[in-house]
Amino acid sequence: MDSKNPILEIRNLKAAINNIEILKDLNLTVNRGEIHAIMGPNGSGKSTFSKVIAGHPAYQVLSGDIFFKNQNILNLEPDERSHLGIFLAFQYPIEIPGVSNEDFLRLAYNSKLKSNNKNEIDPIEFLSVIDEKLKIIDMSSTFLSRNVNEGFSGGEKKRNEILQMALLDPELAILDETDSGLDIDALKIISKGINNFMNKNKAIILITHYQRLLDYVKPDYIHVMQDGKIIKTGNAQLAEELEKKGYEWLK
Amino acid sequence: MKCPKWAHLKLSEINYQDIIYYSAPITKKKLNNLQEVDPELLKTFEKLGISLSEQKRLSNVAVDIVFDSVSIATTFKKELAEYGIVFCSITEAIKDYSELIQKYLGSVVPIGDNYFSALNSAVFTDGSFCYIPKGVKCPLELSTYFRINEQKSGQFERTLIIADNYSQVSYLEGCTAPQYKEHQLHAAVVELIALNNATIKYSTVQNWYSGNAEGEGGIYNFVTKRGLCIGENSKISWTQVETGSAITWKYPSCTMIGNNSQGEFYSVALTNNYQQADTGSKMIHIGKNSKSRIVSKGISAGNSKNSYRGLVKINYKALGSRNYSQCDSLLIGNGSNSNTFPFINVQNSTTKLEHEASTSKIGEEQLFYFLQRGISLEKSIELMINGFCKDVFTELPLEFAEEANRLLSLKLEGSVG
Repeated sequence: MDSKNPILEIRNLKAAINNIEILKDLNLTVNRGEIHAIMGPNGSGKSTFSKVIAGHPAYQVLSGDIFFKNQNILNLEPDERSHLGIFLAFQYPIEIPGVSNEDFLRLAYNSKLKSNNKNEIDPIEFLSVIDEKLKIIDMSSTFLSRNVNEGFSGGEKKRNEILQMALLDPELAILDETDSGLDIDALKIISKGINNFMNKNKAIILITHYQRLLDYVKPDYIHVMQDGKIIKTGNAQLAEELEKKGYEWLK
Repeated sequence: MKCPKWAHLKLSEINYQDIIYYSAPITKKKLNNLQEVDPELLKTFEKLGISLSEQKRLSNVAVDIVFDSVSIATTFKKELAEYGIVFCSITEAIKDYSELIQKYLGSVVPIGDNYFSALNSAVFTDGSFCYIPKGVKCPLELSTYFRINEQKSGQFERTLIIADNYSQVSYLEGCTAPQYKEHQLHAAVVELIALNNATIKYSTVQNWYSGNAEGEGGIYNFVTKRGLCIGENSKISWTQVETGSAITWKYPSCTMIGNNSQGEFYSVALTNNYQQADTGSKMIHIGKNSKSRIVSKGISAGNSKNSYRGLVKINYKALGSRNYSQCDSLLIGNGSNSNTFPFINVQNSTTKLEHEASTSKIGEEQLFYFLQRGISLEKSIELMINGFCKDVFTELPLEFAEEANRLLSLKLEGSVG
């Protein structure tokens, strides 16, 4: 794989929360232009994996390295990792009362511009930027004046995550069960958003339980995670097999 | 009299013999403009981020400065006099406007009203006085800046504002004190009187020294503030942003005597470290169709205690009156404490009353969400606090809304994450 163009390299990663080791010697390389799916039973460490890459302060990295664009990011704060181009779509997007979605999105967008030494844009310029993105996920602009995720339905929250991904245009997007709890129409819209975002310079890691998302977003690799390790890697057929047989046969 | 014990506060015994009841800066002459003020004093204010000079002058704010026990300067006096507005220290007012003083001083907060008003009434030496004549809409923001400078000194100033028929005034109070290891007592009395169709808006941005991170030192801010809507259609509105003091213990109140009179109370009280606040409002309805509104936002971080205590009392005569109360608490971190104690007493059946309360928390997960989107910690907190306090900040005079927001962010620096 070294002949390709790795964007993310994880080597022998061990990580814990509250002194309980969750990730146990995890290795993964993701190249630009690739979509990886991570599947695995509940409690296997998939969400921990996503949060450790994003730099959640509650998780301690015990050993190993994470390289993003050939830079070791272990000592970087979550906002610095974000500025480098890492995006995490949360499994349970949190509600933020009192803060409008529009202000939140604009602040995030401007923070990114600022970190790239570009001029920040004013609220009116921002409206035309966000309007484009709203179309991708089929949401009306009334969505902007509501508070961040407050009172959003499950599907709206997930669409809001994809909207943020489209807006911030990261190089690596980790989508943590973005397909969970969606009806078939919402799933199609979200898949469209993901495919729209993807190109040969980017990479996506999909964390999912279901084959159905992979019908719309075609992964290059499928990894099965169990007990904090990747125990099997395969191509798209592996997902179908897992759908039929579950995870037991892999043990 | 004995110091009351009912508040949800832990306070050490105050040794009243130890307090200096009068202290004055050496400047003797009463000044009319800021150029004459001792530059050292001005520098002190500048350092505290309170620019009394050009900035406030340009933004049309008249200022009275009370330093320890005396008022040292009042700006824009001449300009205000052209409108017939009196804005001066209370010492001058006692000499020059004795009729008004005799009639109104102590009429809203009687001497024996409570323990601290009695103390204030016994020892006060200065404060601000303001009279807006009939039909005048005060063209400037009036404001008083209080500062306690002497280590052992208490501050016991008195404010009296009278708005005559059909007049309007907006008043802002700011306060600071240097950092000492011992507690200092601030026991002020503020009285507002609104006659027929008069409106008084009284705003406070309180930034007294709050003690260090271990809870040593800081001001005890035990203030009695009350407004009397004596005239028909009169209105009194309190807005407070309380960020300082080791202990804040006060209930800016409105007594609505006039028919159709209105009382309002908008408050943001922020406590951090070991600060304590027991604050809220009293709305006493006597006049028919009187209306009141309470919006209280409490933010507690660190190991602080923040309580809202309020009384809505509707007299049997106050037919058709209305009250709306909203008390929201925001907790930051795991060591802070927030309480709400609403008292409601309604004596007639034609009253409409609403009470809403909520508690929320800024937690690690919310901050991580912001950070993951590339928004810095400071910005994240600022945005959330600003969102939480929006309803109150919009009530502040424009020049100070921004200041208040910055102040809150500053106070919370380092308390999260």
